[in-house]
Amino acid sequence: MMVQLEELQNEAEGEIGAARSEKELLDIRTRYLGRRGILTGLLRDISKVSLQDRPLLGKKGNDVKDFLTEKIDMALSLIRDADKEEAIVQETIDVTLEGRRIKPGRLHPITQVKNEICAIFSSLGFSIEEGPEVEREYYNFEALNIPDDHPARDMQDTFYIENDILLRTHTSPVQVRVMQDQAPPIRILSPGRVYRPDFDISHTPMFHQIEGLLVDKGVCFADLKGVLTIFLQGVFGKKTIVRFRPSFFPFTEPSAEIDIQCTMCQGKGCRICGQTGWLEILGAGMVDPNVFRNVNYDPDEYSGFAFGLGIERVAMLKYGISDIRLFFENDWRFLSQF
Amino acid sequence: MLVSIKWLKDYVDFDLTPAELAHKLTMAGLEVDGIEQKGPSFAGVVVGKILSIAPHPNADKLSLCVVSTGKKNYSVVCGAPNIKEGMLAPFAMVGATIPGGYTIKRSQIRGEFSEGMLCSEGELEIGDDSTGIMALPDHLPLGQELAHILDLTDVVLDVSITANRSDCLSMIGFAREIAALTNGQVKYPHISLQEGSDKVHDMTSVTIEDPDLCPHYTARVLKNVKIAPSPFWMKQRLEAVGIRAINNVVDVTNYVMMEFGQPLHAFDFRFLEEGRIVVRRSRQDETFVSLDEKERILRKDTLMICDGKKPAAIAGIMGGLNSEIKDDTETVFLESAYFLPTSIRKSARWLGMQTDASYRFERGIDPQGVVKSLERAAQLIQQTAGAAICKGIVDEYPRKSDAVKTVSLRTSHVNRILGASLTDEVIVDTLTRLNMGVTKTGEQGVYLVHPPSYRVDTDREIDLIEEIARLVGYDQIAPRLSGIAVQPLTKKPKEILTEKVSSILTGCGFSEVIHYSFVTPKSCRILNIPSADKRTKMLKIANPLSDDHSVMRSTLVYSLLNTMKTNANNGCHNLKIFEIGKTFIDVGRRVLPLEKEYLSGLMTGLTFGDFWHLKDSPADFYSLKGVMEDLLETLKISPVDYDTSQTEPYLHPGRSCAIFVNRDLLGFLGELHPQVQSRMDLKNRTLVFELEIDMLCRHFTDQVRYHEISRYPSVTRDVSLLIQKNIDVAKIMSISKSVGEEWLEKVNPFDIYEGEGVPQGMKSMGIRFSYRSPERTLKDEEVNTAHRNIVNHITRATGAKIRGENT
Repeated sequence: MMVQLEELQNEAEGEIGAARSEKELLDIRTRYLGRRGILTGLLRDISKVSLQDRPLLGKKGNDVKDFLTEKIDMALSLIRDADKEEAIVQETIDVTLEGRRIKPGRLHPITQVKNEICAIFSSLGFSIEEGPEVEREYYNFEALNIPDDHPARDMQDTFYIENDILLRTHTSPVQVRVMQDQAPPIRILSPGRVYRPDFDISHTPMFHQIEGLLVDKGVCFADLKGVLTIFLQGVFGKKTIVRFRPSFFPFTEPSAEIDIQCTMCQGKGCRICGQTGWLEILGAGMVDPNVFRNVNYDPDEYSGFAFGLGIERVAMLKYGISDIRLFFENDWRFLSQF
Repeated sequence: MLVSIKWLKDYVDFDLTPAELAHKLTMAGLEVDGIEQKGPSFAGVVVGKILSIAPHPNADKLSLCVVSTGKKNYSVVCGAPNIKEGMLAPFAMVGATIPGGYTIKRSQIRGEFSEGMLCSEGELEIGDDSTGIMALPDHLPLGQELAHILDLTDVVLDVSITANRSDCLSMIGFAREIAALTNGQVKYPHISLQEGSDKVHDMTSVTIEDPDLCPHYTARVLKNVKIAPSPFWMKQRLEAVGIRAINNVVDVTNYVMMEFGQPLHAFDFRFLEEGRIVVRRSRQDETFVSLDEKERILRKDTLMICDGKKPAAIAGIMGGLNSEIKDDTETVFLESAYFLPTSIRKSARWLGMQTDASYRFERGIDPQGVVKSLERAAQLIQQTAGAAICKGIVDEYPRKSDAVKTVSLRTSHVNRILGASLTDEVIVDTLTRLNMGVTKTGEQGVYLVHPPSYRVDTDREIDLIEEIARLVGYDQIAPRLSGIAVQPLTKKPKEILTEKVSSILTGCGFSEVIHYSFVTPKSCRILNIPSADKRTKMLKIANPLSDDHSVMRSTLVYSLLNTMKTNANNGCHNLKIFEIGKTFIDVGRRVLPLEKEYLSGLMTGLTFGDFWHLKDSPADFYSLKGVMEDLLETLKISPVDYDTSQTEPYLHPGRSCAIFVNRDLLGFLGELHPQVQSRMDLKNRTLVFELEIDMLCRHFTDQVRYHEISRYPSVTRDVSLLIQKNIDVAKIMSISKSVGEEWLEKVNPFDIYEGEGVPQGMKSMGIRFSYRSPERTLKDEEVNTAHRNIVNHITRATGAKIRGENT
């Protein structure tokens, strides 16, 4: 019987080794180890042998059973793994095809730049104020120390609605309205649409400005330089070189224009900066005492600075856009790039 | 303003390269926009002398000249009529280059060799005259390079002069500025002239009828003037600063204007009737032909320079054709005056004329430079046109303005405004360099400053502070951040709203657009907006750039449709866009219009674009409504009613609705009206919405209140109803809710069907009801009772029949 068990083990082992599919193995298991299997039958016969031989045979029988069970399980798992791998190979897809997308929209480049600028000034405590786009001449000009028949009016051609009512040419009237309504200290930022009758590669009849105003006791030109330097380095990078040079605006004195070193040529002179090495970005200055008087602030008690910039200009420099009109054509091929 | 450095050096010495000078000026507030190198555009042209002239054997109009360069003689064929033996002329030798890129070669002209070319001013581009060979002064050395002898090299700066700096609209003005910047001295031109015996007062007189507009008028009369082209040096200087040379008299007036900044005018005295000048306001509808040969019909109050009978010039703007200097003018009436800046500006604006003269007068010339400029011009006319100057000047000065200005200055205030610590010494020195007299007062650190008369922009302490900062240099003031206190910031609800709206809509695939605020006046009609609608009260621009941009928009929808159309023309048919912007309604004269901000959007084409794996469906009403629901839900705006009882005239009446929140109208949403669609020539189905920003602001909230999550399962019951087509889902929902079953959690229509198997006028609607209790698991029987109750209410209220049920 011992011999029989040995032979059976060898025979079964041979069959297991030869089996090529899960089904063959399951058949082998049934045939040897099943309820009516060959080994099961043999083990049942052990009860018929002598009491003396029984323990040895019993052990041998169980060893064979364990051996075969393990062999079959191993073979099964090998075959099953191979099957899975085969299935995985079959499931291969082309991952280079485009995914199912919602395709999020984009904010207009002007808004993106505006948000960036507002964020920097927000961190300095400037709050957003708005005003009407159709404005009274008084707020747009007179209150800002630009009397009628003054050459400074040439700086800004104007769309008129009627005699006294116009499309604001800058966001500066918001300054006046805010100062009229609020006592100092003031720290505001006023972004918005402004209008001037011009249309060419560098002018559109509508564009966007951001105006800022800070009024308090003891505010000085050095503060203006500090705040605007921080701002320009925030927008154009920490290493941006900034220069302040004298200029003229009727509502500020001293007035300054603020340039950054040309981002294209690093100051060497190129087409973008008109060979000057500098790009004009901001107009600014200390609020003119006449403007303070117009809103009943005492210029001996309070001082302040104001600044303004064109958002389009910053966006054009930032993104390398050479024709301002593109901003308002709303061509998808343009918008989808931002 | 163009500034010739060569000219400038007459008045001030400086040791700076043009680039250094440009930098210095720019950093002092005189922004240099460009630096142009001027030089001859020819080479190899020398001074030649015509030794002899013989006729060309084969051509009547040509001559054979022998030209000497001192070293050698050349035979040259020449066709100019003005050649004379012994004449000195520019001679382009073989190998010379002349403007236009020509190189002179030895050539044969009608059988005769020519070893070079005699040139005209025009051919060398150093003047306008191309009629004959340029005659050179006799004393010039033969064979010398002409470019060198004529000193044709110059550097011209193009400088932007800000509106306050009228004192810099002249060479002397720049010289003063450079002297202040370099601590140099200005060399004023020496003025001296010989007066004749005729007395000016015997010849003419000046009457100022309107001294408010003309406080000062001076004149001289010059006789025996010989009109001719100006000398080369004067033409060259005028040309360098962009002024065309005309004749020696007119050129002098321009020269002195560029030199001193005082515009002058020369009249031909013989055309001044009664030989006198009257300065007065124009009369209504008076006509006048200005030098540019345009007839101008004047209104009242334009200041005119008239003779005894009629206008002869528009004061400070342009002379008249009737008294223009002509080739045969012999007696010149020379004017130098001060006109009120605002008057000149008003007239120039109204007439639409801007001249070099008006530009200076309206900015304010030096009130004390009037006579000096007159004298300088008389001197130069005498020099260049050989005039006999009549004795004396006419000097009418009814409103004297020769008082010295005094401005008080506190040095502490200078430092307070600038954030600097300049010493009194530095401040006083700076002002002194600007020719400002500075005197001490009894008080420490307080000075009296007397700006020169030409600085019309320095009347106040702050003006002086700017001057000090400008000259010391803005770069000498250290930036400071410590002065700005940290301050908390609260955002306004509208800022938060627009940020949220932008992020939700971009998340939904919508891109932001920005349109011009002006549209065509036809836009309302195109959008079907009836005339009773207040949006047809569009605000008109008095001076629009074009008719298409002549009114302010009263809705954003038209702009969006236009953008859809242009994009479709460019081949882009799938579009999801939105804009936030103002609309304007005219509410009457003399009042500001009603400005309201809107959020509008448009959707067209494929909802998700053209994908390989997905047959995408074109956007329809429900695509846009989904976006709206996402938007309003994320903004926590509720309860929202989509109400068909009103809609927009530009929307499809059966596929659009108003959006209400608690009876407040938020806006509208829907498919574009087919009429509008075809009027705008749009091919694809178009969905639009427009919401009022203020209303969104009023109802949105970023506050969240957490609701306990039920740990017990929900039970669902489906029912399929056969119901009249015109009963909408909202009705079923509201009935279900009104029954008041407390466990009803959700009513969700999952299938709507019309067509085969469903009678005409009816639809089949599958609805899933979910029930849940926050406290326990519901029993089937409890749910059944509640559900039965709700379904009964629905069938009773709507006449619906139950097609099937599934529990």
